[in-house]
Amino acid sequence: MIWDWNFTLQILPILARAAVVSVEATLLGFVIAATLGLVLAVIRIAVPWTAWTISVLVELIRSTPLLIQIFFIYFVFPKFGLVLDAFTAGVLAIGIHYAAYCSEVYRAGFDNIHRGQWEASIALNLSSWTTFRDIIIPQAIPPIVPALGNYLVALFKETPLLSAIAVLELMQTAKIIGSETFRYTEPITLVGLFFLAMSLVSAALIRALERLLNRRNAR
Amino acid sequence: MGIRTLVAMLVASLAVIAVLATQAAYRLFLPGLLQGAVLTIEIAVLGSLLAIVMGVLAALARMYGPAPLRWLATVYVEIFRGTSALVQLFWLFFVLPQFGVTLDAFLVAVLALGLNVGAYGSECVRGAIQSVARGQWEAGTALNMSRAQMLRRIILPQAFIAMIPPWGNLFIELLKSTALVSLITLSDLAFKAQQMNQNTFKTVPIFTLVLLMYLAMSLVISIGMRLLERRASLGLARGRAA
Repeated sequence: MIWDWNFTLQILPILARAAVVSVEATLLGFVIAATLGLVLAVIRIAVPWTAWTISVLVELIRSTPLLIQIFFIYFVFPKFGLVLDAFTAGVLAIGIHYAAYCSEVYRAGFDNIHRGQWEASIALNLSSWTTFRDIIIPQAIPPIVPALGNYLVALFKETPLLSAIAVLELMQTAKIIGSETFRYTEPITLVGLFFLAMSLVSAALIRALERLLNRRNAR
Repeated sequence: MGIRTLVAMLVASLAVIAVLATQAAYRLFLPGLLQGAVLTIEIAVLGSLLAIVMGVLAALARMYGPAPLRWLATVYVEIFRGTSALVQLFWLFFVLPQFGVTLDAFLVAVLALGLNVGAYGSECVRGAIQSVARGQWEAGTALNMSRAQMLRRIILPQAFIAMIPPWGNLFIELLKSTALVSLITLSDLAFKAQQMNQNTFKTVPIFTLVLLMYLAMSLVISIGMRLLERRASLGLARGRAA
């Protein structure tokens, strides 16, 4: 028999517990990505001479595989005295990797703000901090929420990479179940289905969010 | 980022590799890593070719195919975009043999990455075709061209230019995804790195070299795609001006 339902029911709770780890890694990673990305994008505008350095940095991060970056943080950082456990190292790597992508999204958001908004802020003698907080960010962020959402989904789909440094997330758990029982069909298929379901649901949510934002902006 | 900066970064990364190669601690690892890099390039090139074929086929099937074909293409795109590349690799590598189909690891790598990126690519192809002005189709109809003729001679050549930048990004994604094949026992660049790391614990030189190598390969793709785009749109500008 190719598919064993009893076995499926037996491993389902184990995989569900591992799924929690995957989701945790996703959320923490995305918090890092969204904040660091915003910081990079703001520094780029606030301190013009950093623009070139930041764009080279972003290019460097985006041009190399996330897996190698995970290895780098997990294996190389300890040589410089920074020892991180696998989960922290993995989440940090994912967060930094996606921060590079997110900073470009924020940049697109900022570029879409009409120049007059900046000029008006100067005319009103607002500090650059107030300008960013009260004028620019409230206008720049809503249109890019769907793009950020897409990166959240993409980031979620990268979490199986953490299995490479033995974080007990979904993929690693499925592999362990597979090697213990010699049945790979059910665990790996279930992991695939789980990701598919989550992606479809989040795609639908992002589309709904996009409609909501469009409606609010149109009004 | 301008093409000049990209070229400068490529030259810089190659120069750093060359300088590091003069150090014995780094030179030691270079032959093994280069061997891995060859496999990485092979998988990336074959995977890209498969991705192009799948992307174009799936996009055309979804847009112009009969209902069953359209449905099949949609399922393909949703499945491969909805699950992660690593899951797809593992599924083809560990689960498919249970159904009696055993593929060797290299084939699995090319298939999984090609199909994965092809699913994303089909959306680029679709977007590019839809971005061609409607008047082009209408003009084709007025000239009594068949639909296939219009697509081949009028629409696709124009859509091609719009496709280049997103495909460039996808090729880089694919190159980066090849690092995953190290997890299904293929000895690509990432695998060699990890193997050497486990044997020697010389973490810093190994991973520095590996990052630089991947960087150089990505930059080559970026630069190549920029040149291609420039060339393709030069032709268009000339055509319009005439």
